[in-house]
Amino acid sequence: MTHTYLSKLRTKVFYISTVLILAFLLVMVNFESIIKAFGGEEEQKVAIIDESGELLNYINLQTSDSELILEPFSDSVEDAKSLVIEDEYEALVTVKLNDEGLPEATFFSKNITDSELQLSIQQQLQQVKVTLASSQLGIDQAAIHEVFSPITIHKVALDENVKTEEERNQAMGIVYAMLLLLYVFVMMYGSMIATDVATEKSSRVMEILVSSAPPITHMFAKIIGIALLGLTQIGILIVVAFIMLQSKSEQIGGLIVSFGLDNASISIILYGVLFFLLGFFLYATLAAMLGSLVSRVEEANQIVTPIIFLIAIGFFLAIFGMNAPESQIVIITSYIPFFAPLLMFLRVGLVDVPIWEVLISVGILVGTIILLAIIGAKVYKGGVLLYGNSNPFKDIKKAVQLTKKD
Amino acid sequence: MTLKLKNLTKQFGKNVAVNNLSLEIPENEMFGFLGGNGAGKTTTFRMILGLLEKTSGEITWNGEKINYGKSRIIGYLPEERGLYPKLKVKEQIIYLARLRGMERKEVVGELEKWLERFKVPEYMDKRVEELSKGNQQKIQFISAVIHKPELLILDEPFSGLDPINVEMLKEAVIDLKNQGTSIVFSSHRMEHVEELCEHLCILQKGNPVVQGSLREIKRSFGKKNLLIHADMPLDFLKTFEGVTKFKQTMNGCILQISNENISQEIFHELQGKGFVRKFELEEPSLNDIFIEKVGASYE
Repeated sequence: MTHTYLSKLRTKVFYISTVLILAFLLVMVNFESIIKAFGGEEEQKVAIIDESGELLNYINLQTSDSELILEPFSDSVEDAKSLVIEDEYEALVTVKLNDEGLPEATFFSKNITDSELQLSIQQQLQQVKVTLASSQLGIDQAAIHEVFSPITIHKVALDENVKTEEERNQAMGIVYAMLLLLYVFVMMYGSMIATDVATEKSSRVMEILVSSAPPITHMFAKIIGIALLGLTQIGILIVVAFIMLQSKSEQIGGLIVSFGLDNASISIILYGVLFFLLGFFLYATLAAMLGSLVSRVEEANQIVTPIIFLIAIGFFLAIFGMNAPESQIVIITSYIPFFAPLLMFLRVGLVDVPIWEVLISVGILVGTIILLAIIGAKVYKGGVLLYGNSNPFKDIKKAVQLTKKD
Repeated sequence: MTLKLKNLTKQFGKNVAVNNLSLEIPENEMFGFLGGNGAGKTTTFRMILGLLEKTSGEITWNGEKINYGKSRIIGYLPEERGLYPKLKVKEQIIYLARLRGMERKEVVGELEKWLERFKVPEYMDKRVEELSKGNQQKIQFISAVIHKPELLILDEPFSGLDPINVEMLKEAVIDLKNQGTSIVFSSHRMEHVEELCEHLCILQKGNPVVQGSLREIKRSFGKKNLLIHADMPLDFLKTFEGVTKFKQTMNGCILQISNENISQEIFHELQGKGFVRKFELEEPSLNDIFIEKVGASYE
């Protein structure tokens, strides 16, 4: 176990993947600053020509978007167009009143790909139009405001045990984080386990290992070693993320709150850890078993495909289930071993699940892990002596037979 | 301290890999396993080690069954190299030896001694993939013996080594034997078995065809070799009664005869026919016995 852990810890792949994820985190956190540093640049100046002579009074030249400045332009339209081409102005907008006394505008720009700019100008003019149209109809501005203000809905759940909206939103973030983490973890480390076993097999060191120590010890040492490795990686990420938060607390503070991490209840976190570990061991055992069946490293990736399918299906079911945590399919799949870690945790997080249901699900999970471990150890012991490539499912049978007395 | 195999049988489906093998490997001895390719040598070893379940029969060491609790007293050198290519020699051996129950410090001391003995102390911090095949074999050998096993199983230990290294390894094996290790080894190099083993067993498609001590096997084989160097043609001996094989050489011929007495008849026959430089009656070599016993079924 120490061996797997340390030898993997020293590999380049581990460094690289950790650094990459860290870099990704850094970029995400500083995304805004980076965008600014590149193109975010100076303000965008837009020339505006008012052909009606009165619309300018309604247009708020200091827009809410601080980078967008509308500048009244007094010369001819042609002059303004040439200035746009010379990059003096980002764009040109001409406004006039149509027959009904409502504003109309034309947008000139070197290209019309900057939809953000167009959108903010459109919003500006929309406001002007609403103001003008309503004053034409003789409606008071205050009334307009009333009409457009959003409706407020108070949500009250009659079942007292049900989680409040607030609780649910908080849980949503942590559930999502855990789902994603387990998904990525299984994808990465599942194939790492399978590849590792296949490597040991192809270098024939396996024969010595299995003759020195019982295969089941070896298998679990491998799984635990790699699990520790993964936890180390997560640990590093958390520490780095924490340091980053310290330096940019304002910006990120909002993110944390929106993920509901600030005051998530302890029980949710405990459930999260429990289901995460169970889920990991389940998939890891499967990966080790499958890995012992192939004889070349290249085949290891092929054989973990079913695992990746399983976890992917579980993941998408869970994503779907986030919006409908009480649907039949979520409830049923939360008892199916390979999906349970994802879906049961989702239910625990989002709705109130009776404790016995959770226990049944955990029980099924633990049972499956033990079953897989027993089968896995048999297949493992036989599988490590099987070389050549045939059908993996035949190989499972063959491998088990190898360990049996006829 | 004896290893006993009793009526050991292994079947893979309908295919019988080892058939009713009974052996007793005495303490403090070297036991040779001979057999053609696919004769069941490695399968037998794997059953002794518990890698494969036996179909029927019994394997005992000192009257006790072998299981993982005995891991510490068994050393195994597999036929193919089984080392981590990316690991350094030191890490490798430490890991493997610890699996056999050794302490880290102990391992490093022993490893230094062994590398010194094999005249490769500089390999301590090299990666296995950087070493030549023969040198990897030395490392593999060290990993099999570093924990001072009581029972050492060597599957083709000398394959891929140059003559100097073969000698070096042979000496190491003999030393281990003298220190009290029981050694079982397989080879298709007859001269190694002939040189090292007191007892041996020849397997043919899972069946033991010859089995016992080297001397007895040779004696009971009956046939002898007769070496003749002479100045005249010896072709007429081809059809001589009792001659089973005839092979022309530079200076004369080598005959295989069905028993000692034939040699005297030939001796009389040769008298007066010409000048005889050498007339020698030899024990059959293991090679001859092997070819005779195993080769028979190929024909």
